[in-house]
Amino acid sequence: MIFEGVESKDQRRALGEAFPILGNEYPDLLVLSPDTSRSTGAAKFRDALPERFLCTGVSEMNTLAMAAGLALEGWKPLVAGFSMFVCGKAWEPLRNSIAYPRLNVKIVASHAGINVGPDGVTHQMVEDIALMRAIPGMTVLAPTDANQVLPVLRAALDYEGPVYIRLERHPMPMISDANQKYEIGKALLMRRGKDVTLIGEGGMVFAALEAAAVLAERGVEAEVLSAVSIKPLDNEAVIESARRTGAVVAVEDHNRHGGLGSAVAEVLCLHHPCPVEQVALQDTYAESGSADQLRKKYHLSEADVVEAVQRVLLRRDS
Amino acid sequence: MKASGKTGSKKELVLRVREHARRMRIHVIRMTTRAGSGHVTSAFSAADIVAALYFAGMRYDPKNIEDPDRDRFILSKGHAAPVLYAALHEAGVFDEATMMSLRQPGSLLQGHPWCRTPGVDATSGSLGIGLSQAVGRAIGARMRGSPSRIYAMISDGECDEGQTWEAALAAAHFATDNLCVFLDRNNAQVDGPTDRVMNLEPLADKWRAFGWRVEEINGHDFSEILDYLHRSEEHKGQPSIAIARTRKGRGVSFVEEGNRYRHASVLDPEAAEKAIAELEKSRTFREKR
Repeated sequence: MIFEGVESKDQRRALGEAFPILGNEYPDLLVLSPDTSRSTGAAKFRDALPERFLCTGVSEMNTLAMAAGLALEGWKPLVAGFSMFVCGKAWEPLRNSIAYPRLNVKIVASHAGINVGPDGVTHQMVEDIALMRAIPGMTVLAPTDANQVLPVLRAALDYEGPVYIRLERHPMPMISDANQKYEIGKALLMRRGKDVTLIGEGGMVFAALEAAAVLAERGVEAEVLSAVSIKPLDNEAVIESARRTGAVVAVEDHNRHGGLGSAVAEVLCLHHPCPVEQVALQDTYAESGSADQLRKKYHLSEADVVEAVQRVLLRRDS
Repeated sequence: MKASGKTGSKKELVLRVREHARRMRIHVIRMTTRAGSGHVTSAFSAADIVAALYFAGMRYDPKNIEDPDRDRFILSKGHAAPVLYAALHEAGVFDEATMMSLRQPGSLLQGHPWCRTPGVDATSGSLGIGLSQAVGRAIGARMRGSPSRIYAMISDGECDEGQTWEAALAAAHFATDNLCVFLDRNNAQVDGPTDRVMNLEPLADKWRAFGWRVEEINGHDFSEILDYLHRSEEHKGQPSIAIARTRKGRGVSFVEEGNRYRHASVLDPEAAEKAIAELEKSRTFREKR
């Protein structure tokens, strides 16, 4: 393996470490946890700042609308929970009580994608990007790795308005710079290349980098972008890269409909039509299994990215 | 600052609130008939309680509606929005032209309440989300050390919503004694009487079991409403709820009687004129008395 020396860490641990820091930096920050404080790391906020922590029980709909009420009172509420529930079950309270009036609520959702693994389909959220992206005015962010959790959270808290932050459960290699300030709307350039553009989100960025290493051995130089800001997408970076390479592959742990691939296709159709391929869940549910097993079985591995690149280059060059 | 009606004897207060409620019903008819849509009967069942809040119960200055420490009212049964707008107009928060622009493109007054409208304290109308926001506001105000009290009105049909009970649990758990709720018990919902659509009884027992201080009152009796407001403010450690018996369409005889008007219906111009005439007369009657 090419990236053997790179250490892995899960984003939830990074979130737990970020919480007390953010609590001190933002005196109006409140953290709401719908009975998931151990899983999301919110327990670290509770331990450090119990007076600004609200355990709200297994009640995501109430939790989201309560957060709206707290925002109306001038607080900066952050809801930390499982993606399936805070944005799946609570989609409508989120949409109507938070997003419609543009309230300053941050939704930090762990357990996105099939990398959730053994808990199975009921907990594997593969529709969250589509659900959140479709809400007018919603900002959707996916940190590249554990390192980027804190900078992305700071950017979200500095921004006035609703933000959805997508985190994964599975440990992922740390490939971004923890000290680099993040600005909403910007993609991260992870690797320069001239032959094909790979745009990934979250843990799938690493799969794209692994694929790029394999492709390099075959003489194909892939450019790799981490989307980070799925909405607003960094149109400039996507278009500029597509102009140079003429072929794009979107890589995501999400269903193929409505996710990052759709966002990329929307932009390129308008501004620079070129072949686009997707590495995504093929409109199916996964099942229980380890993250690695599932990513292989459901075609989200670096080998699948390499295949998608071969397809997209064939289309471009034919 | 207490709303204007707070001074004087209780009898005077009741008379003043009744007069505001009468005028609010006229506003509701005028704006919904102009808009051509809305929920008049639901607004009428709520009108007396809303009038009591805005003209006797709540501390606020209509000239300083952005005051973070004023009392709040969340109309969780958001389809009754016209009665909230009528109260805000009656209080002087917005003018006649704004009120009459209800449901028109470019208007501040949306079909259901939106918290960006001046004086509107939550976005509601999707049933269930209002009470949760009220709980959030109650906790948030208390954490700020604000004296703000949070009032809310939910409907009985809204008690079919699971989220209402999530909010009920949370309000009691967080001991939000700065939260005072009215349940507009008009026994009617879109598909028919509440007991046939989805039985709610024993409703007061349910709220008691959820940890609330519960009263059962007549939602059209101003004296009972004011007494409840007073007692809920005195009570510590628990949120309060009044199961307020009301009548859909209350205030205009032919709107109240016989269920002629469905949940989402307005009066045509002719019926509106007749209803307004009846409401105008009811003032004369009281003045003579």
